[in-house]
This record gives sequence, structure tokens and C-alpha cells, in this order.
Amino acid sequence: MNSICRNFYSFCKCPYPTSFISNCSSFLFFLAFLVFANIAPLHAQEAGEDSAVAAAPGPEGDVAKGESLFKSNCSSCHETSSAKSVGPGLKDIHKRHDFAWLVKWIRNSQAMVAAGDAEAVKIYNEYNKIPMTSFPTLSDDDVKNILAYVEDANAQAAVAPVAGAPGGAGSAQAEGPSTLFIVLLVVLVVVVVLLSVVLLVVLNVLSRTIGGEKAEQVPGGSSFKDLAGRTVRHPAILSATAWVFLLLVIKTTLDGAFNVGVQQGYAPKQPIAFSHKLHAGEYEIDCNYCHTGVNKSRAATIPAANICMNCHGVVKRESPEIQKIYAAIENNQPIEWVRVHNLPDLAYFNHSQHVNVGGLECETCHGDIKTMEVVEQRSSLTMGWCIDCHRTTDVNSKGNAYYDKLVQIHEEEGKGALKVADIGGLECSKCHY
Amino acid sequence: MENNTKRYWKGLEELRNEESFIKSSEKEFNAPAEGEISYEHLSDGTGSHRRDFLKVLGFGMAAVSLASCEAPVRKAVSYVNKPVDEYPTIANWYASTYAEGGDYASILVKTREGRPIKIEGNKLSGASCGASARVHASLLNLYDIEKLKGPHKGGSATDWDTIDKEIAARLGSIAASGGDIRIVSSTILSPSTKAVIADFTAKYPTTTHVVYDTNSAAALVEANRQSFGKAVLPGYDFSKAKVIVSIDADFLGTWIAPDTYSGQYGQTRKVSSSEGGKREMSRHYQFESVLSLTGSNADYRTPVKPSQLGLVAVNLYNKLAAKLGGTPVSGAALEVANLDKAVNDLLAAKGAALVVSGINDPSVQVVVNAINSLLGSYGVTIDLDNPDNLRQGNDVAFNQFVNDVKGGKVKAVFFYKANPVYDHPRGAELAEALPKVELSVTFADRADETGSLLGYVAPAPHYLESWDDAEPKAGHFSLGQPTINLIYNTRQAQESLLKWAGAESTDFHEYIKQYWRRNIYPLSGQTDFSQFWIKSLHDGVFELAKAPAVSGAAAFSGDLAAAAQSIGKRYTPNNSGLELAIYEKVGIGNGSMANNPWLQEFPEPVSKACWDNYAGLSQKTATDLNVKQGDVISIELNGKSVELPVLVQPGQANDTVSVAIGYGREKAGKAANGVGKNIYPFAAVTEGYVSYAPGVVNVSKTGGFRQIAQTQTHNTVMNRKSVLQETILGEYQKDVTAGRFFPKIQTAEGPVDPTDISLWNGHEYKNHSWGMVVDLNLCFGCGSCVVSCNAENNIPVVGRQEVINAREMHWMRIDRYYSSDGEIGNYSAMEVASENPEVTFQPMMCQHCNNAPCETVCPVLATTHSSEGLNQMAYNRCVGTRYCANNCPYKVRRFNWFKYFDNDNFDYHFNNDLGKMVINPEVTVRSRGVIEKCSMCVHLIQEAKLRAKKERRRVTDEDLDVVCASSCPTDAIVFGDMNDPDSRISKLLAVEEKARAFHVLSEINVRPQISYLTKIRNKEKEASPQA
Repeated sequence: MNSICRNFYSFCKCPYPTSFISNCSSFLFFLAFLVFANIAPLHAQEAGEDSAVAAAPGPEGDVAKGESLFKSNCSSCHETSSAKSVGPGLKDIHKRHDFAWLVKWIRNSQAMVAAGDAEAVKIYNEYNKIPMTSFPTLSDDDVKNILAYVEDANAQAAVAPVAGAPGGAGSAQAEGPSTLFIVLLVVLVVVVVLLSVVLLVVLNVLSRTIGGEKAEQVPGGSSFKDLAGRTVRHPAILSATAWVFLLLVIKTTLDGAFNVGVQQGYAPKQPIAFSHKLHAGEYEIDCNYCHTGVNKSRAATIPAANICMNCHGVVKRESPEIQKIYAAIENNQPIEWVRVHNLPDLAYFNHSQHVNVGGLECETCHGDIKTMEVVEQRSSLTMGWCIDCHRTTDVNSKGNAYYDKLVQIHEEEGKGALKVADIGGLECSKCHY
Repeated sequence: MENNTKRYWKGLEELRNEESFIKSSEKEFNAPAEGEISYEHLSDGTGSHRRDFLKVLGFGMAAVSLASCEAPVRKAVSYVNKPVDEYPTIANWYASTYAEGGDYASILVKTREGRPIKIEGNKLSGASCGASARVHASLLNLYDIEKLKGPHKGGSATDWDTIDKEIAARLGSIAASGGDIRIVSSTILSPSTKAVIADFTAKYPTTTHVVYDTNSAAALVEANRQSFGKAVLPGYDFSKAKVIVSIDADFLGTWIAPDTYSGQYGQTRKVSSSEGGKREMSRHYQFESVLSLTGSNADYRTPVKPSQLGLVAVNLYNKLAAKLGGTPVSGAALEVANLDKAVNDLLAAKGAALVVSGINDPSVQVVVNAINSLLGSYGVTIDLDNPDNLRQGNDVAFNQFVNDVKGGKVKAVFFYKANPVYDHPRGAELAEALPKVELSVTFADRADETGSLLGYVAPAPHYLESWDDAEPKAGHFSLGQPTINLIYNTRQAQESLLKWAGAESTDFHEYIKQYWRRNIYPLSGQTDFSQFWIKSLHDGVFELAKAPAVSGAAAFSGDLAAAAQSIGKRYTPNNSGLELAIYEKVGIGNGSMANNPWLQEFPEPVSKACWDNYAGLSQKTATDLNVKQGDVISIELNGKSVELPVLVQPGQANDTVSVAIGYGREKAGKAANGVGKNIYPFAAVTEGYVSYAPGVVNVSKTGGFRQIAQTQTHNTVMNRKSVLQETILGEYQKDVTAGRFFPKIQTAEGPVDPTDISLWNGHEYKNHSWGMVVDLNLCFGCGSCVVSCNAENNIPVVGRQEVINAREMHWMRIDRYYSSDGEIGNYSAMEVASENPEVTFQPMMCQHCNNAPCETVCPVLATTHSSEGLNQMAYNRCVGTRYCANNCPYKVRRFNWFKYFDNDNFDYHFNNDLGKMVINPEVTVRSRGVIEKCSMCVHLIQEAKLRAKKERRRVTDEDLDVVCASSCPTDAIVFGDMNDPDSRISKLLAVEEKARAFHVLSEINVRPQISYLTKIRNKEKEASPQA
């Protein structure tokens, strides 16, 4: 991510797509727009809440720790079941090999192969001589945790064999109400318009009947036309229409102005048709596996081509999209992805603060990435959106000594849960400097 | 979305490119022709119709709306192969070495995404202390767009193969015919580079290496040879000196190793109000012609004309010898103030005294050696056994070199980090003779004054792109490593020399490694070279235990009588006429880094002038000459003349005109060319030694006027007790609150403390309370913090005219106050510049007031208070009313009068893509029309807090330091969390809160987060400033 130019900003530019001009054209469209604008952020926040999974300690290690280790290190090549992917499925792996052997293998499998360990050579040959990535940093406890998680995952699968893929189903349901809501609204609006037309006709007929003017006129097509014409020319109707129109224009202009630079829904075509739905959804590769900076730095980082190669060195080599990665590596020409989430340069945002410290799920802000074929900006990324969340979110202070003093003072004051806003989360210099 | 090439237009006629547009585009304000409709000219406001105005307005709005519909497509470019240790947005630090022309600093370089953005001093180094303003600024030279992009031959670009072939061939033929080859350089600290030169010499045996320094200490080295048989630059230790006498040595500003000396000197000036704390200080006497940074900090300072300075040494010796039983020498008696007092103090501090002189005259230095020998300074404050290598220049040898070139004896010459045509008194002679040399090459990064006369320019990269090593002091080694890939097609000088010498491998990295393996690794006593190498590279330094100094004084065996005789010839107690004193400025130095906008805009600590050199005159001399500040005078010496504006400099010796070196560059680049005048040609070469006191000059008024850009023009403190609070040591020892000013406010209930009455409820800081304490006793005004702040906070350079308009943008400034000796209460008398004022430096930055006057007047809430004690500034909210700046009592808020980036009117580093690489990506570059000010490095605070949170712990002092504090060589600024009882600042304030700590302008009760500690001078009570 080339961030040399974070620094240049200017006030006068408003270089983002805005739909406010096209919105003028239709009342219905405008309503739909309002509904969209108001509902989407709500969704974004709902998505994060079901993330807290109770971490039950496994028989021989911490399942929760094992899960995160497995997802960030192993899941791209291994299944917890017995299914083969790049590497063997890990079901009952602890029964197949003894623990010491496993640790040795995980830390450096190539050394074992080179040393001629019979088991190692057999696996190596069985899996097309693809060397397993070495994890020299994993401790014995880490390996135990991973094994505990694998065992636990298999036990869970046995208990509930019919559970579907949670990502896809859940999100489809989450999408449901919004579509339904819009349809309902549209129907309601149509009904209201029809009703008002009927009422107007009735009013007109009645007023003529009472006035008695031109009562002799023969009813027919031309008289209806006439009626309609007179209705439209009625001063009350004219002034009401004018007012409604004026108010709508003002409202639309204001809303449009507030949305200048908001790119919600922006889903540009990328140079390589990378599918998050496939990788994060179907294969359940942990976000951390590719976006390595998310716990460490300000940028989550777009993965380098060498991370793709961890798997695509062997998987789907012939695909024309994958060929583009090979071309990039061969020509030493970096892939120029199109940035989806563009914060203005004057705002500072740090992923590690939110993910590592705050413990937020990626989906909280990015929406259900696991269902996105092409990544789209789900949240508005406006300052109001940030501030709203800071007002309502509790500080993830548990187990973090940094917050101990603050929590204590806050408890003494007895004002409820410690929100981000309570510790300066709304101050200018948190994001602007 | 794919297409972001869009066209902007100002009107439809431009879009259609109509004839009328083409015509009118040539003139901005063209007058209407006869009969033409005049409403085209909206700009002059006459003759335009209201409807046409509305049309234009309407069209403009529509155009803006249309343009805003199209978003620019921003790219996210990932690595092809991510380096293991590199995380985008996380800075990496590398240890390296700054060694330019004998100035040395072991440094740490902060890099972001592979480009260096900040330099800090390396605390592991025992041979350097912090980083000076110049070291901080050297970063910007890396991104100087005017550097050569590749090798040049005869003024036009060529390639390395061509010049390699040609130079090697010519060298071969010159060596075969026995022609003389010279390598001319400034001081080289690198042992490996010297080995390369030795290799080169082995291949071409007629090679001689000539070293010269512009700020030469050759006389000092020669004097030590004469006095002790050791031709070395001794290691000075100011920290052990109780009495320091300096005769024209600006050891805190420019003399040899000012940072290191500042650190040592600072230790002797530090006091503590704690129970049983240190309440002793060194006493410092300064005899000098020009008011230097060192003189500004002296307890007793005496202005002396250059022609008398040598006699100060002789008289000091004679007076001491009379008491201590030495042999007096002949020499005219000189009566100057404070000399007898200095003698008495030196006698009392025998064994812990130090006398230094910056005069480049072996005779004076021999006398100074004799004085130090009498006082028993050797082995205590002066160490001949662990010498410095910082000045290796040999003036005599260089003088001979000029003669040789003129005589046509030299057939080939190589210049490495040397530009003698510009910076040597005999540069003009050299300029005439150099084109006749058969083979001439410079390794400079541009065709400078010397390089442009030579056959080849083989540009060497900046030191941050290079491998290097250094031995600044015996037994202290340091390594320099590249922190960025080569920017241009350059090659290190060492590699070029190796290549031309036909070496098998020209890889200088490997060469240094092998050199260290052979020569330095065995000294370490370690058993694994690769471990040793990695650790040395990581630490940046490898230091041996100090060799024990020979106990007892070194035996002085110099010829004192001869020296005194020589002094008698050159110096006289009553010279008439106006003398020229040439000096070096703290910022610009010898001028080799002059094309550096940061340094050009760095205000000289004492005169506060930037973007110029000038003729400094005392008030009395100026009155005698009937000139005022800004009048241009002509200075003539031996047929040479230079025209410079006058700057009235209090404290300068009468009948002296002072001019700084380092200016008047002609071929350095946009920022330096034509700024000031070159005074080097006026320096004298006396018996081979360059003397910066060339004697009497003729001065005449030219009638011209040139305003000097000064950032601070207040000359006196006008007895404002609440700004500066100071006392003398004797009073402080009796009462720790001595010198403090406690203002009272009159109320109906009688006088109360200003803090007792307030309109505001104050703020509550539950988490952190960031603050700073500035010890005025330790701030010597060097300005390292100013440049450090410029680099960290992307502070724009505004240029000379804007400084004159008082629109400089520095967030951190160092206010320099002269104490007036006018009668208190008589303000017109107090405004007159003193003859010899006391000087106080006060670093001034945003005080982060708790009752901030700026916050209450902002109509748009762009400046607000944080829950951690910071006064926040949101640039994107600011609409530029400047009410805050108006209401700030400390005048620290800066307004962006212009857009300083991408603006040809400010053609400095922000105006080109290479220069912009120095920008710190964590700090916004401010646009036109907004206010900015010191943020207390809030980005570093946020970063440190985040690091602590990630590690699930509290923030400690080790996590961060604001850059002004971290760059201070004397630790005068202490930053930290005042809510953390374990922090340094809390502990310091606990001691000083009721003693020396005060807030500036405390009577207005704005309650700043910044405290200052009173300044203490080690003076006698009865002594008046005039003494």
C-alpha cells in the first residue's frame, strides 16, 4: 500500500460519486435511497455480535487459542475433517503420529524429509512433493492447542452433522429484511398515491355537483380529461405541489451534499478476479492469513503475491486469473489493485487498534465479506458512522492492563459500561493530526 | 471508474477552444476594445451585468457538481515479494553513521516503506551525543532533486563504463610517467576508506592523500606535537571541569564536536532542588570577538578584538605562572575585564580546570597547552591518550598542494567530500590552475564550484545510501549502512577508487566487512565474527574500553618563548582600525550543506537571522560608522571586496566586523545559490595555517539597503519577570525559589494568586496528562530541536521574504533574550542594545494551556481540549479566522498564508516528488488557510499508546519521547505523563514544583502543561552584566 501521499488534502475537492442529481428525478427512487442509506449501517453493526464463541478448554489444550492458530496458519491447506485439500485432513492426526514427531514436522518438515524419516518421505511423496510451510515459531503448547481444536471441531461435527455453512446462510437472512422492507415501502407509496388521486377525483366531482356549473355536460372521456385538467389547475393543488417539490429539492440537495465523497456500495472491478466468497467463504481461510498487517499495523495490507503462491504454487495453476499472478512475479511488476475503502487523507485509521485491541470482527465494518464475489464498500465510512460506533461500543478492556485504571475510575463513578466515547474516543486528535 | 484522466476547464470557450478564449488567455486583465461588450470582465467588477454573473455562477456550480460525480480511482499496490521485516505503515529503525567533513554523529534512522524520514542520535554511542541541527537536516540532502543523476564528463552526462575506462587508462599513463596524483579530501573518519586509499596508492605509488578542513584544528594538532610530541587532537572532557576558560572557542556551537561537548558541559550545569541535590555548577569564562553560542551561555564573557585574542592567552599564562611558579614569557600586557577573576578561579580549581582556544595559530595553542599543563588539566579534563580523529586536516600540506597545482606538478587530482575552490582562501588560485590538470575527478553529488572545473564528476551517493564506517575517537568504531536503495545512478567513491585501481572486487560493503574482520574483530575478543558483525551493525557502534589515561600531567616540552614571541608579532593590545572576524554559523556550518532549505531557514541561535550572512557590528561601531541595520556596506581587504547588509549585534567587540562563512554558494542549487556572500577568500593563510582573523579592513557605506530576515527582533526582555525567571548560583544555594516571580492579582479580598480565580472549571485527566519541563539552565540554544521538529512534523519552508513578513512556520522556536542593562522602568533606555548583554534562550512551543485562550475564541471548534491535556488542532475544521493566533499569549500559532506544496513560489522540497519523500506519513501536510501549531507530537503519543495497548500494559517513559526532547543533547526538555508517578517528569516536578518550576505568564492563569525551570548563572552577586 503506497501511503506516501496520505498527507495531501484539500477542502475544495469533492471527488466522489454522488447520486444527488439523479435522485431529483424520482420520488420513489429518493425514498428507496433514504431507506438504503439508513439501513446499511445498522446491518454492519449487527453482523459483529455473534462472534463471541464460548471457548471451552479442550482435553489437552486451549481450543479457542487453537482455533485462531489453526485459522491463521493451517486452514489454507488443511481441513479439520479427514478431507484432503492441499495437505491431508487433520482428523485424528494425533492418533496417526506421535506428538514429538508432529512438532518436529510442523517446525521443519523438509529437514525430516532430507534426513530420510520414512513417515515423512511417504507423506511428502503422497502429496506430490509439495513441501509444507515451516512454522518454527510455533511452541509445543501452540501445537497442543491446535490439536485440541482439531479434535474439538471433529467432536462438534459429529454432534451436529447437519449444520450448514454459517457464513452464507446467516448473511442471506441478514439481507432479507432490507429487501422486504423496500418492497413494502414501494407498495405503500403506490397505494398512497393511488388513494390521493382517487380522493382528488372524488373531491372534484363533489365540488362540481355542489357548485352545479356545467352540470348538463355529458359524462364521457372528454369530461374526465377536463376534470383532470381542472384538478391540476386548482390553486390549492398547485401550491401544495410546488411546496412538496421545493421541500423535496431542499431535502435531496442537503442529503446529497452530506453524501459527497461517500462511496458506500463502491465495488470496482479488480485486475484479478479474486473471489472473497470462494477463499474466505467456501474455504474459510482466515482473514489474517492474507491480511497480515491487521493485528500489527495501521494497514491491514493487501497481500503480497508471495502469499498467493503459498497455495497457488500448486493449486489451480492453469487458471488465467492465477496466471496473472505468475506474470506479476516473473516481471517483478506489482499487482495494482483498485482501492475499495478510501478514507480521506485527513483521517487516521488504524486496523490494529480496532482488531487487535478492540477485538472487533472484520465483518463489523466490511460487511459479510464471505459472500462477496467482488468486494464492496458496505459501510459509509463517514465521520458520523465512526462517531456513532464510538458512542455505542464498549471498550474491550478485559485482560488489558492499559485500561485497568480507567475502568476502575469509571466504575467508581458508576455510569454504566465504559464506552469508547468515555475515554476520549470522540476527540479530534484521535483521528486528525 | 477506470478512467481518471479528466480535463478541467474554466469555461465553455476553453472547452471549445474558441478564438476569443485563445485571445483572452494571453492577457489576464485585458482591457475591452472599442465597442466590445464589457461584461466579459467580471474580475474588475465594472460593466458586468448581474445576469451574466449569475450565468457564470450557475455554470460554475454545475461544472463543480459534474466534476464531483467522478471519483478518482486509487490504487493499492502490494509487494510482489514482501520483505520479512517490512510491514507497511510500521517504521523500521537502522543504526548508521553521520561523518561529513569531520563532523560525526552515531545515528538512528527511521524508515517508512523503505525511505528514511527522520534521524535521531544513537544513545549507545560513547563518542557522540545526540544529533545536531545539521545532522537532522542532512536527511533532506538525500532528497535533493538537484543532485546529478549519473556520472558526467566535461559537463555532459555519460555512463560509468566510459569514465571507468578513460580514467583507468589515464591513471595508468600518468603513473607510468611518474606524474603526481593527489586525493584531496576533508577529514576522513573511515578506516576502511583510508584502506581503500592505501590500496589505490599501492597501485599508483605517486598518489598522495591531502586532507584539509574548512574549520581547521591543524594548529591545535601541531601545538600538541610541539608541546608533548603527540600530533593529536586530544579528547576533552568538559564534564570534569569546574572552571572553563574559552578563548574564542565556540565549543557549544561549532568547535570540533559541539554536541558531545554540550552534553558534557550540560552535566556541569545541571542542578537539582531536591533535598541534598547537586547545587554546584561549573563557572565559564569566554573571551571572544563575535557573540557566539558558547559566549551566550558563559557566566562571564568579555568581548575582545581579534588582534588581542592571542594576548589573552599570554596574559593568562603570565598571571597564572606568577602564582604557580612557572616561567613568565614576554608579551604585551593586556587589560581586559574578567581576566584577573578568571585567573583566581582557575587557581582555585587547579586540577579541575580547562582552558581551550579555537584560534588556528600554533603559537597560541602552545601557550594554551602550557596553561593547561600548569593547571594540571592533562589526565583530568584533557586526554592525550584517547585522542579524537575529528580534525585531520593539515593546512600546510594543503597549502603546498595549491602551490603544486599552480606549478603544474600535479597530473591527476581526485576530490572527495572537498570543494576547495569555494571554501578555501586560495580557492580562486586553485580555480585558475585546476583546468590545466590532466586528469581531474570529483566525487561530489553535483558539479559544485570545484567540480564544474574538472574533467569528470563521478557522483557518490548520499551517506544514507552508502556503506561506511568511522573511528571518530581512538577505540570507538561505528558502522554506517544504507537505509534506502540508490536513488540515482551513483556509485560510492570507494568503489570507484577500487575499480580504477583494478581491484578484483569493488563491493565496498564486503570490503568494510573484511576490514573489520581483519582489524577490528580481533580487538573484540569474541569468537564468532558473524555474531560480532551483526551486533555491531545493529548497535551502530563497537567501542573498546577506554585506554587508561597516563596519570599525572603530560610533560610539557614546548618552546614557550618562541611561541610568545610569535604571538607578540601578530597580536597587539591596541590595534586601531576595523578588524574582520570570520566565524561559522551553527546551522549552515561551512556551507557544504548549504542547499538545504531547512538549514537556510534555521535561525542562527544568537542573531536569529536566516537566509543570509551579514556584517555584524556592535552598536557603538555602527554609530561610529553612521550605519543602521540593513544598510549595505562594502568590506575591502587586499583588493577584494564584498557588499553585505549590517546587522547590529549586541555583545560583539567594538571595532570589529563579523561575517559568517558558508554563504555565497554559486553552484550548490536553488536554495543556496546567491544567498549571502562568500567570505572564505578573505581568510588569511599565515605560515600555512588558515586564519579567520585576517586583520584590518576598509569599510564604506554603499547607500544600498537589504533587510535581513530575522525571526525574532525583540532585543531585550524588558524586565518582564513572568517570561524569564533567573537567578545566580549563590542565591539559589540559599533559597531554591530564588529568582522566581510570584504574581498577585488584586481583588476585593486583597491580593490573591492568579490561579485562585478562574472563569473556567478546568479539565480532569483520568488517563494521561502529557506535559513537558524545560530546564532553562540546560538549554544552550543550539536549535537541534527546531530542525528535528521541522523534519518530524512536515513543517514547510517559506523562504526569505516570508520570514521578513513574519510568516515563518516553525512550531518550535528558541526565543533568545538579551538582558538589558538599561535602568528598570526607563523603557527607551532598555531598548538600546547593550554593549555586552547577558543572553537567555527559551524554547517556546504550544504551551497546551488548560484554560486555553485559543479554544474559547474559535468559532468552528477547530481547536479543542483533549482528555489527556493536549490542545488539539483539527486542520480540516479550521476556516482560517486566525482568532486563535490573535488570542494566543505565547504567539505559537502559525497560519498557512499560502499553499506551500506544489507551489512554484515556494520551490523547495515540497515542490518536487523526490523532495516530498521526506514527508512523515503520520502527519498531515497542511493546506492554505488553516492554522497549525505544536501538537506535542500527538501522532507519537497515539502510536505509543497503541503499542502499550497491544501489549496489554500501561505506557511508560521508554515508549515515547517527543522529538524536541529526544534530539536535545543536554536533556533540557523532559517529556512525559504527569499522571504516571513513575515517569521522569513526575519525579522532576515533584522536586521542582515548589522550587524552580514556573509557567510562562503565570499571571494570566492559562495553566500550561509546559513548565520551565529557572535559569541560574554562576556569577558573583555584585557583578553587573557589564562587569
